Amino acid sequence: MNDVVARGLDLRADADALSAGFPGLMAAAEELASLAVLGPHGRRRPGHGAEFWQYRMAESTDGLRDIDWRRSARSDERFVRQMELQLAQALSLWVDQGASMEFTSDPSRDTKAHRAEVLGLAAALMMAKSGERIGIIGDGEPPKFGLPQVEKMALKLALAEREKDYIAPKRSDLLPGSHAVFISDFLGDWDAIVEGLANAAGQRVHGLIVQVLDPIEEEFPFSRRVLFESVGGGLSFETKQAGSLRDRFLAKLRARQDALRDLARNTGWQVLFHRTDQSALEALRWIFFGLENPR
Amino acid sequence: MSALAALTFTTPWLLWALIALPVLWFLLRSVPPAPVVERFPAITLLLGLEDDDTTPAKTPWWLLLLRMLALAALIVGLAGPRIDPQAQVGTSDRLTIVVDASWATAQSWSGQSTLLSDQLAEARRTGKQVALIDLSETPNAAQTEFELPEQAIAASDSVRPQSWRPDYAGWAEVMSGFDAFDTVWLSDGLDHPERSALTSVLNDKGTLTVFEAERFVLGLSSAKLDAGALLVKALRSEGDGRQDITIEAVGLDPSGITRVLAEQVATFEPVTTEMDVAIQLPTELRNRVTRLQIAGLASAGAVVLSDSSLKRKRVGLYTPVAEAEATTLQSPLHYLENALVETADPFESDLPTMLDVGPDVIIMADVATLSAVEEERLVQWVSDGGILVRFAGPRLASAGSQITDADPLLPVLLRAGGREIGGTMSWGDPKTLQDFPEGSPFFGLEIPADVQVSSQVLAQPDPELAEKTYASLLDGTPLVTGSPLGAGQVILFHVTANANWSNLPISVLFVQMLERLSILSAASLADAETLEGRLWTPEQVLDGFGIEGDGGLFAAVDGGRLVSEVPGPDLRPGLYSEGEQIIAFNALGTEDVLSPATWPLGTDLRNFAGAVVQNFTSLFISLAFAILLMDIFASLWVQGSLLPRKLARTAALFLAFWISAPDVEAQEVDPLYVANNTVLAYVITGDRRQDNLSEAGLRGLSAQLTRRTSIEPTDPVGVDLIRDPLELFPFIYWPITEGQRPLDAETVAKVNDFLRTGGMIMFDTRDANLGRNSSSNTVNGRILQQIAAGLSIPPIEPVPEDHVLTRTFYLIQEYPGRYFGAPVWVEAAPADAIRGEGMPFRNLNDGVSPIILGGNDWAAAWAIDQNGDPLRPVGRGSAGEQQREFAYRFGVNLIMYVMTGNYKSDQVHVPALLQRLGN
Repeated sequence: MNDVVARGLDLRADADALSAGFPGLMAAAEELASLAVLGPHGRRRPGHGAEFWQYRMAESTDGLRDIDWRRSARSDERFVRQMELQLAQALSLWVDQGASMEFTSDPSRDTKAHRAEVLGLAAALMMAKSGERIGIIGDGEPPKFGLPQVEKMALKLALAEREKDYIAPKRSDLLPGSHAVFISDFLGDWDAIVEGLANAAGQRVHGLIVQVLDPIEEEFPFSRRVLFESVGGGLSFETKQAGSLRDRFLAKLRARQDALRDLARNTGWQVLFHRTDQSALEALRWIFFGLENPR
Repeated sequence: MSALAALTFTTPWLLWALIALPVLWFLLRSVPPAPVVERFPAITLLLGLEDDDTTPAKTPWWLLLLRMLALAALIVGLAGPRIDPQAQVGTSDRLTIVVDASWATAQSWSGQSTLLSDQLAEARRTGKQVALIDLSETPNAAQTEFELPEQAIAASDSVRPQSWRPDYAGWAEVMSGFDAFDTVWLSDGLDHPERSALTSVLNDKGTLTVFEAERFVLGLSSAKLDAGALLVKALRSEGDGRQDITIEAVGLDPSGITRVLAEQVATFEPVTTEMDVAIQLPTELRNRVTRLQIAGLASAGAVVLSDSSLKRKRVGLYTPVAEAEATTLQSPLHYLENALVETADPFESDLPTMLDVGPDVIIMADVATLSAVEEERLVQWVSDGGILVRFAGPRLASAGSQITDADPLLPVLLRAGGREIGGTMSWGDPKTLQDFPEGSPFFGLEIPADVQVSSQVLAQPDPELAEKTYASLLDGTPLVTGSPLGAGQVILFHVTANANWSNLPISVLFVQMLERLSILSAASLADAETLEGRLWTPEQVLDGFGIEGDGGLFAAVDGGRLVSEVPGPDLRPGLYSEGEQIIAFNALGTEDVLSPATWPLGTDLRNFAGAVVQNFTSLFISLAFAILLMDIFASLWVQGSLLPRKLARTAALFLAFWISAPDVEAQEVDPLYVANNTVLAYVITGDRRQDNLSEAGLRGLSAQLTRRTSIEPTDPVGVDLIRDPLELFPFIYWPITEGQRPLDAETVAKVNDFLRTGGMIMFDTRDANLGRNSSSNTVNGRILQQIAAGLSIPPIEPVPEDHVLTRTFYLIQEYPGRYFGAPVWVEAAPADAIRGEGMPFRNLNDGVSPIILGGNDWAAAWAIDQNGDPLRPVGRGSAGEQQREFAYRFGVNLIMYVMTGNYKSDQVHVPALLQRLGN
């Protein structure tokens, strides 16, 4: 009896969390997406699509109803109106759900997790609006069309439980030739990260890597005696002279970023180092550009 | 003695904890400051890094010092440091507490009794044996003993200021019989010739500590009449600076109510300690004066009782139209006038005018016949208490034959013609007087040998003649006869008022006889011979505060003692009477001067006016707290995390702490709040407890109003009369506390404006008018008098039964607060208030009484705490709860009255109005 009641209470709490987190996330993502200019997404050849591509001379195999009579009336020939081929792309999204993302050094700034989710969803929203399939890596479902899918993704992101401090992309099956966006702070176990990314790269997926960091992580403004703790509380590190560690810490951070850059270069991917005090729109434009112009 | 030397601790053993401080120093020193805990996601990159410098972080010495200071302040604070000016010095475990308890202490008695109980409590704390000696008692070795402090505390209640000075010499003798002891002496600050004897005895026995009031002593002595003015001598014990005193002449007003008949402000010039103050009063008023006192001083020494020497009788002298040829010396009234003029107010006029004026005594010289109307009026006047004195003369003698019926205006029937003895044409020699018989008013007077009578009128023999005879000649013929008539008396001198028939009118005896007949107001302490040998009965005695009490409990005293002795337990200041004469025996004799007490060099002399124990516990603990706050900032700085953000947060915390200790005085009234709401207000008295109680009381009343009526006041506010605007309040509750001072002129004007423009102030002396009939007998009553002196307060009367206050909401006839029964005063109804037709009450003043005055401590009955429960007990059990309920009802009625004025009075017209409207 009590269990049922307890579960009911839990569900209710979850529902509250959903309704609280979800619309905000969607709204932020939509606002961001509406600022980015949607460019043409054609395949530059005739096919099914919404955009006009060319008129060509009708051939005998063309049906009468395919003939564009308006154009044909201006000359003796008969013409067929062809549209540009617009193929649906697929975008798979991976947003770090580790506890380490749930951090900001200044309450007035977004947390890293929020920035990552907004960026990812905004990209998904843009792709959905241009009629492409979107999905989340590792949730076991293939990418799907439509705005409802964005909302489902937002729901999943908002509901995600951040249990572990650091997590890495899971191995999963991706559509060959599709896009993938990985957003994380990439501060966890390097080997696991490399494995996850390499798995995606091995499936001929074009990838974008966005590292989201808090400014404090690039500045390390500590001195004297400090007891550092990870956000989840799983790790701690005590130093008596935090200031003296600064240079070595920054060197290690730089090495991590260089490794990411090397990884991207090897796979033909692109990488962006983003800080939460920078403009989210800037990052979204970069993602959009990267999706439009794969190398 | 320096203030620091008087620093003591309530729990000194706590100071041992200070020893632990150095130990703590080493402990704390080896513990580094706690690290700052920081959340940091990039911690993975830090793992594996090592510190360069491995020297352990040490707490800086100055931070340690700060913490030690905080701890030390805390320990010292908890040990209860206080400067105790009353600390008892001396090593003996026996202590005598010697209290002067004379009238001079009455002026500062509250301070004295507080000090006394403090001293006893201190003795109990230190476990000393105590002998409490009230010097104003008769020295008695048998009843003086050292006892437990508890017993002394119980006995201390009965120590009251008495109206005489102690018998120092007697006590010195008693005290010298005891073994060693220490002494605390609560002195009255006045010098006494024998004080040094006691001082030296006490000094020999042990340590002597003397407490003296800072205030010097004021007194009045010896009032006398001088050229028609009351002349009273005012004294003070120290002549520093100018000082104004107000002398009040108190007496019965025409309606028989004791009140201040006149006030005279007098100023002591610098250095002088003595001055004569003349109070000019009409005879009529002067004769009503029963006492003279210094305003605001409750002390027997500041009171002079008025006796018959201060009263002058109005004596009407009447003689038929003087013969034109009569020389002045032959005037029948000449000697009488001269005998009277010193001590009475004689006047001459015709009889009707005289009766209109209504003198105390009428003297008629040689009047034989009166008109019927005059006679009737004269008889009426005598029956009402007048004294008629008649002198014989040729006319009366010749008329004697016609007076056959008993004349009510003559004590005896007269024979016609009279007789002549010792004249040239008569037998025998002039007669002398025989001793006055017992029962005569003249009994005991010495008869000069040379008084002779040569002519007289003769009384008809009569069985009652002997009874009526006050004085007679050697041959037994009456010389003075008298008989009562109604409440008055008719007295006949059988000789003339001039020297024609006898030389009595020019003798000393004549004046003495007039005195005995109460025609002259002669008796005073000045002339011993008139007092000696007579027993004087105390009529009124003064207690130490100068309040009259019944003298019937005390034995009569010989007149000689009144002259020669000073007041004592068996000779109390007061009014003493013998027969018709009354003399005043005052606490201060005519020759007395007030001079400050002198003490041997090196006496530990302290001032009890400022002898308040200063407690420093809270000071030290706040100091500790302040240091700890500093320590917070310092440690943050040491940790390097004194970031602006954290600084702001800590500062906010710091500020919150200071703000959370609100200061009532600091809160100003917000005019918007008051203007937009119905707000009851109370006067901030400066006494924190009373202010809180007033606030709680008005809150309670507001709650009841909200619950029961459509008046819904919001939270009450405290008003500083000087600072805050008053015009916004409909009602101000003003409890009187001892610390209040009269208002300055500006504030008086402000309060008057408030009262004139419709505001109401309710004064509450909170003492249930314990001071008998007049509220001015209590401390708070006097303070209220001082405060109200400048205010324009209309005439007041106790709330009449038909006052609108009794029916504005509830029908009530009592106005209880925490006390009940004391009268409540409101503006008096106009004299022409009449009861309207068919109305159960009069049409009283149209407006609202600007003040209500009482002493029932209403706020205490109304007060509720934050939970709505009563704060103070009222009465006992359910009767008490009922009293509280009635207190609330009075409060509801009161505020209704404030808000609606005489609306409820007008309500009686409603039926008539409705009828006129046609319903």
